[in-house]
Amino acid sequence: MSTYYAGLFADIGILMLGALSVYIILVTNQLSLGNAGFMAIGSYVASYLTVEQHWALTPALIVAALTACVIGVIVGFPALRLKGIYLAIATLGFGEMVRSFFLVFSPMGGSGGYRGMPHVSLGYIWAWTAGILLLVTLLERSRLWLEMRAIHDDETAAGLVGLNTTLTKVGAFGFSAAVAAIAGGLFAHHYIYIEPGNFGFERSIDFVLAVILGGSTVGAGALVGAALLVLLPEWLRFLADWRLAAFGAMLILVLLTRPQGILDRPLLGLLRRRSKPS
Amino acid sequence: MLLQQLVNGLTLGAVYTLVALSFSLVMGLLAILNIAIGELFMLGGYLGFAVIAAHFPLAAALLIGMAGAALVALVIDKIGYEPLRHAPPITPLLSTIGFSIILQNVVTNVWGSDPLQLPSELFDRRVSLGPVQIGVMQMVVVAVTVVLVAAVAFLIQKTAVGRALRAVSENREVARLLGVSASRITLFAFMLSGALAGAAGVLISLHYATITPYIGVDTGLKAIAVMVIGGTTSVWGALIAGPLIGIAEVMTIAFGGSQMRDFVVYGLMIVTLLLRPQGLLGARSEFGQRV
Repeated sequence: MSTYYAGLFADIGILMLGALSVYIILVTNQLSLGNAGFMAIGSYVASYLTVEQHWALTPALIVAALTACVIGVIVGFPALRLKGIYLAIATLGFGEMVRSFFLVFSPMGGSGGYRGMPHVSLGYIWAWTAGILLLVTLLERSRLWLEMRAIHDDETAAGLVGLNTTLTKVGAFGFSAAVAAIAGGLFAHHYIYIEPGNFGFERSIDFVLAVILGGSTVGAGALVGAALLVLLPEWLRFLADWRLAAFGAMLILVLLTRPQGILDRPLLGLLRRRSKPS
Repeated sequence: MLLQQLVNGLTLGAVYTLVALSFSLVMGLLAILNIAIGELFMLGGYLGFAVIAAHFPLAAALLIGMAGAALVALVIDKIGYEPLRHAPPITPLLSTIGFSIILQNVVTNVWGSDPLQLPSELFDRRVSLGPVQIGVMQMVVVAVTVVLVAAVAFLIQKTAVGRALRAVSENREVARLLGVSASRITLFAFMLSGALAGAAGVLISLHYATITPYIGVDTGLKAIAVMVIGGTTSVWGALIAGPLIGIAEVMTIAFGGSQMRDFVVYGLMIVTLLLRPQGLLGARSEFGQRV
């Protein structure tokens, strides 16, 4: 595989993890426009451990994920007070605060960025990506997932039948933060240079876009969305200066024609039947 | 020094006020964020620049900037919002991001990605008031902002179309039963919102005498913070929160370093959301509360 395609596939894997992190809390009806903040935390923690403490990457990623998870839970509690678009705005603010924190945090390079991380292989990135996707797919078949969906459909009713909505929502926030942190750690060790600008609003939006375009009702939608978001601008290269405009137009077109996303449960069922002829 | 910073913060804040009002018109009515407002602001700035560069007066620049942004807002409503009215609120938010991408790309292709500069002598006249230097343009920015905010407040509170707007935001279905065309009111809100963002763009670009295609993102996000702090339910909230944030930002740059300012602004926003979710001047009941 050429380095060009290897780079694209790495981008898809990392973006897919970010998209899954948004998906996990979206299932509980919480929209995050600030998951790039958790990605930044994972990115900086993992880089600190591998560069300054000479850790191997895998334990560094796990510690980064746990750190972000704790912060996610801490953020998740006050976020319980907010709903809908106001929660989205608060998470947007959180993401921007994390970004500007790393801008002034000089031990990790501040606005000058941070480098020195060992480079990881494409296979390693995709091992994590596939592992997390499998985890989310398994979660989707569990009772816990049904509880998360119940909160999505009607939080009051879910509480009335005895579900612990607080625990579920905060837990989803923590899990989401951990997944975003792993995306960040892999990002740092793929690009071997990070700066706070990598983790701005646009990154958070990319995650949400990948989920909504790919299909927000199934975890595998994140894969479709991430691939589309990375590959589409490449395929549009022949348009030269106008390719971003064409990308924006196609984005609107997909939203208009398939607001539920490209992949949904009926389509997934159809694909499964095709691949397993009885 | 301190007074000078206050004046500069006030100017910046006036622009935030206009863009925040632009966000809250759509948000108060439909509970969606129109992210493309940042780019309407940027487009207004470029249009204003072009008009001034062609030696027309400031008033013409303002009018063209507002009209251009309002027209694009019309397109955004018809293509990006109206067909997605029944989708969850994330979907129109993302479609407006599609328009952001398109607008940024088009402006970059038309005017280039390098910053455009105006010959600075055009609006460089300054008036000394004791120790404080006030640019003529700064006074224009603040004056135009106050006039526009007052006009919007009058429109919403005293006119028939304003009553219709409040009715639709209170209860869309009941308003329709009473004979208000909800889709027309939505279109009106989008265009008014676009015009305000366009005016803000003209003002800021002439004030700084420079503009790039990327100014919309940063200002747009800041304006969302201003909207939240002022309260989406009140026109006057934005008028207080804008200068507050503008001054906080300028003071942070002066005394804490420019890198800290976003931290302070978004920190204030989150504190507001948690302690007073309706905003400084928001009331819980009037003008469509949709938390």
